[in-house]
This record gives sequence, C-alpha cells and structure tokens, in this order.
Amino acid sequence: MGRIVLESVTKSFGETQVIPPLDLTIEDGEFAVFVGPSGCGKSTLLRLIAGLEDTTSGKVVIDGDDVTQVSPSKRGLAMVFQTYALYPHMTVRKNIAFPMRMAGMSEQEQEAKIKAAAESLNLTDYLDRKPGQLSGGQRQRVAIGRAIVRDPSAFLFDEPLSNLDAALRVGMRLEITEMHKRMGTTMIYVTHDQVEAMTMADKIVVLQAGVIEQVGSPLDLYHKPQNKFVAGFIGCPKMNLIEGAEAAKHDAHTIGIRPEHVEVSTTDGLWQGTVGVAEHLGSDTFIHIHGVPGCDPMTVRAAGDVAVKHGDTVYLTPNDSLLHKFDDKGLRIE
Amino acid sequence: MAIVASETRFGKIGRPVLAWVVALLFFFPIFWLVFTSFKTDADAVKPEFLIFFTPTLDNYLNMTENYDYWRFATNSVITSVFATVFALAVGIPCAYAMAFNPTRATKDVLMWMLSTKMLPAAAVLYPMTFLTKSLGLFDTHFMVIVVLMLINLPIVIWMLFTYFKEIPKEIIEAGQMDGVNTWGEIKEILIPLAWGGIASTALLCFIFCWNEAYWTVRLTTTEAATLSKLIEGNRAPEGLFFGRLSAVSAAAVGPIVVLGWFCQKQLVQGLTFGAVK
Repeated sequence: MGRIVLESVTKSFGETQVIPPLDLTIEDGEFAVFVGPSGCGKSTLLRLIAGLEDTTSGKVVIDGDDVTQVSPSKRGLAMVFQTYALYPHMTVRKNIAFPMRMAGMSEQEQEAKIKAAAESLNLTDYLDRKPGQLSGGQRQRVAIGRAIVRDPSAFLFDEPLSNLDAALRVGMRLEITEMHKRMGTTMIYVTHDQVEAMTMADKIVVLQAGVIEQVGSPLDLYHKPQNKFVAGFIGCPKMNLIEGAEAAKHDAHTIGIRPEHVEVSTTDGLWQGTVGVAEHLGSDTFIHIHGVPGCDPMTVRAAGDVAVKHGDTVYLTPNDSLLHKFDDKGLRIE
Repeated sequence: MAIVASETRFGKIGRPVLAWVVALLFFFPIFWLVFTSFKTDADAVKPEFLIFFTPTLDNYLNMTENYDYWRFATNSVITSVFATVFALAVGIPCAYAMAFNPTRATKDVLMWMLSTKMLPAAAVLYPMTFLTKSLGLFDTHFMVIVVLMLINLPIVIWMLFTYFKEIPKEIIEAGQMDGVNTWGEIKEILIPLAWGGIASTALLCFIFCWNEAYWTVRLTTTEAATLSKLIEGNRAPEGLFFGRLSAVSAAAVGPIVVLGWFCQKQLVQGLTFGAVK
C-alpha cells in the first residue's frame, strides 16, 4: 500500500513561503512525477513527504495515517538521491544491507534480499567494492538496491538521473519504469526534464513557484494544457506561442501550436518566414524560422529528409484543429 | 626573461635554504634544551662549557629518583587522555547538531564559544581557586580533567564542526530514510566518515591538554600535579638550576614531541583542513 495525500500543506523558510497551501493525492501504485523549472519547489515537496523537511502547516497522510510529525525513518518510505548518497565507507553489500540491519532483520534474510536485489540490478559482481570504485550508473543502481530491500510503501526519487550522461540516463529511465511495472509500488519522481516526466509518469504534477499548475496524465497535459506555462513546459521542442493579430483572429490573447502540428512548404502557406537554423536529427528536422508575425523564432518539426537550409524562405500552415487558445490571464479557452 | 630566471633560481635554491633556516630556528630551543640537560647545573651557566663539556646523566637520574617523575607523567597522561575523551564525547554531538541541523543562531553560538578563549585566564583565577577549594576539588584529577576539557572544548567543537560540514548532508539524510536514529547516525555514519578529522582533533586536544600550565600549576599541589607542575617546581629561591630544569623540561616535552612526530600528517591536516575547499 502507498496512498499519499497532502492536505493544505505549506512550507516557509523564514519569511519566504516556498509552498503555498497545496492539496494533492497520489494513489497507491501510481508513478507520479513532479516536474517544473529549477526552484519551483518540487524537491521541497518531495522532502516534505519524506519527512526530511517539516511542514509549516497542513498534513501529510500515508495510507490513512497522519505522518506529519513522524520521523523520516518511521514513514516506511525509501528515497533515492540525486547525489546517490551512498555510504562511502561501506561496500556495496553493506550499503544495501544497511536499512535491513537497522530494521533488525536476520542475516539470512538480509543475504537473500541482497542477492535478489543485486541480480535484478546487475550488481552481483560488484558487491564487495566500495562506492568510490563504481561508475555513476552503478552507484545509482546501488542506491536503488538499498531502497528496494526495504519493501517501502512508496519510493521517492529526487532527480536520480541528473548526474548521469545522456545515454545512461535513457537506459536507467527504462529500468526504473520497468521496475515500477514489475513491483507496482507507488513512486514519486522529481525531475526538471519533461522528457523523463512524459515517458515515465502515470500522473504528472507540473509546479511553478510552489504552485501546482496542472495535474494529469502525460497525454492530458500534452493535448489539453490548462495554461500557457504548462503549454510551454510540456512538449519538446516547446509549443510556439503567438500573440497579436494572429491570435485575435481566433478570439484569443495567445494561440499555441506545437512544432509537430505546423506544415512546412517551400511554395505556399499561411505564414512566411526565413530559416534561421535547421537541426537535422535524421528522423526529424527541427527548423527555427524567423519573421513569422507574433512569434519569433517559430520552431517546426518536419520530416528528417526535408531539404531546407539557413536563409531559405519557407511557408508555414498550422493545423487549426490542434491550435490551443489562451486568454489574457494565460488560461486555456475551450 | 630575467625576472623568470631569477625566480626560478630563488625557487630552486632560495626556498629550500629559507625553509631550513626557519626549521632550524624552531628546532634550536628544543635542541638546546636537550643539550643542556646533559650538563651539570654548574657547567650549564659557565661560558667555557657552552659547547664542549663532559656529558652526564645525573640530571635524569636525579629527576626519576628524587622528584618522582613517573607520578607527574602518569598524572599528565591520565588528565590529558580523559579530558580529550570527554571533550570528544561532548564535542561530537554538539558539532553534529550544529553542522547538520543549523539554526539562525548557530554562527553566533560558534562565535560565542570561541570568544571564551579570548578571556584572560587570570581574570577567573580567583573564582576558580575559590570554587575548587570550597567544593573540595582542589588538587584532584577530576577537577584537572574538567578544567582541561572545558578550556579546549571550543577548539574541539570548531574543528569537528569544520570536518562534519564536509560530509554531504544527503548521506545523513539517507541514513534517516534507512531507519537510523540520531545515535545511529553518529555511530554508523558520522564517526566512520569523519574518522580522520576526529583523530586529528583528538591529537591536538591531547597536545593542548598536555602542554597546559596555567591551571595545572595553580590548581594542584601534589596529588593531581602534572609535568608542568614538575617543571615549575624546579624553580628555587637560589635561582634556576639550568641542567636539572632542562632535563625535567626535556622529559616533559619528549613524549609529546615523539607523538607529534609520528602523527605529523594528521596534525597538518587538522590545522589546515577547510582552508582551501
């Protein structure tokens, strides 16, 4: 079990309120991702759930029990840190065994669990090494192993892949997602990387300045962003936001169109512009176009073999049925 | 080019020479102390025997036979060891709390602790003497241990605090998530990780306790008197017996010099830790 409820939780550091009153429910077995720019309060929120920070007011409820005043060690949660936070003076085996030893588990039981965790995380050959002798990816696996053996009611991940290189990050992302599917335990994952959020989450919580901007499934957020911030944050490359006369034509203050929903042509189209940079990725081409009224530059995602280069004149036509409209407060207009 | 060349020449020859001069300058008093300790009291003051003399072990034999050197030395060991152990026992939890759970007052508390070192010892001589005598603690090991511990506690806490600050907070937090209580954090994580720093701190504290003279001379007579008292006791109304005094002093500083020599790596680390991050 691992249903986590935050009821009117606030957090202030001195005079500065970093989390205004916030309500959130994470269902048992859900993979929830907190995403937002640096300093938006997502890590603070995770630490409030973990108990590593005290709430200023409000309640943290885990499986029906109010744990607001309960110490981190008694909340039944496991956490994986960005910096791995392994015990450098202990071997991998001792690191993984540590929480079990603290819980007074028998040596036999510890050994069986270490074996199982090491096998599932490909760490069997490294059990007698110290963290300093491991690569970043291996260290993060050890940190995950240390979390798994506790059988926690929920896993908390604080930007666990930020210190890994890009290729390793993709691999670990898959491993964590698969682990979630296999175990079915609640997971809360903090990241500033919206690709991680989109690919891993059952539920994404988008935060800005401590405020929840939107909660929903990845595709909900992609198709129906509730405001300009979410529209701009979710999706890669970012949604193009157009203001002025073009927006007024659609009775909106701002219209948004995703790069993949704009057709590019060298002969005709609704808007005309000049290619600034064309990024050829092979599978796709991201074209950054200058001169489109109300949006400079506009980014378009075109086919991988499209033959445009710097200085070319191109014509763009948005797919009207996929336009997003926002009012002057930045809120979505249906 | 000329400037570069002269700098290089200075670097190659000048710096080592300078280093040796400074080192010898510091070493000379110790050398002279040991040197003089092999002279008789009479020879020690005669200019004609400044360098050339007949060496004798009389001063050392006299010291162990007549002055009960071993009792003073034992007292020095007991008081320094226990004062160091107690200072660590108080200092470790204290520095831990301030390093990992700082409040707005932490810096002020640290400064206040250090400010107690600025108080001239003489200013509290009378109240301390009065207090120890009226409590019946004058010339007891317990009192010497407590005094040595208290006067070194600010330095101990400052040093430990600096070492503990180097440990990433996440490791302690990982421990909290893994189910350890506060004592477990200190025992299982903090002490093993900061072991080098704790050892350096203990070593320095021990040296300071061993060398302390102001209080150990004034608050003891015989029972708890340390080697500082033995040195001080070799003053006589007729004047200073340099040969004898040198032998006593050499025997008092000897153990600490040997200890310092073997632990110089830790000592240097302890003194310069945190200077460059």
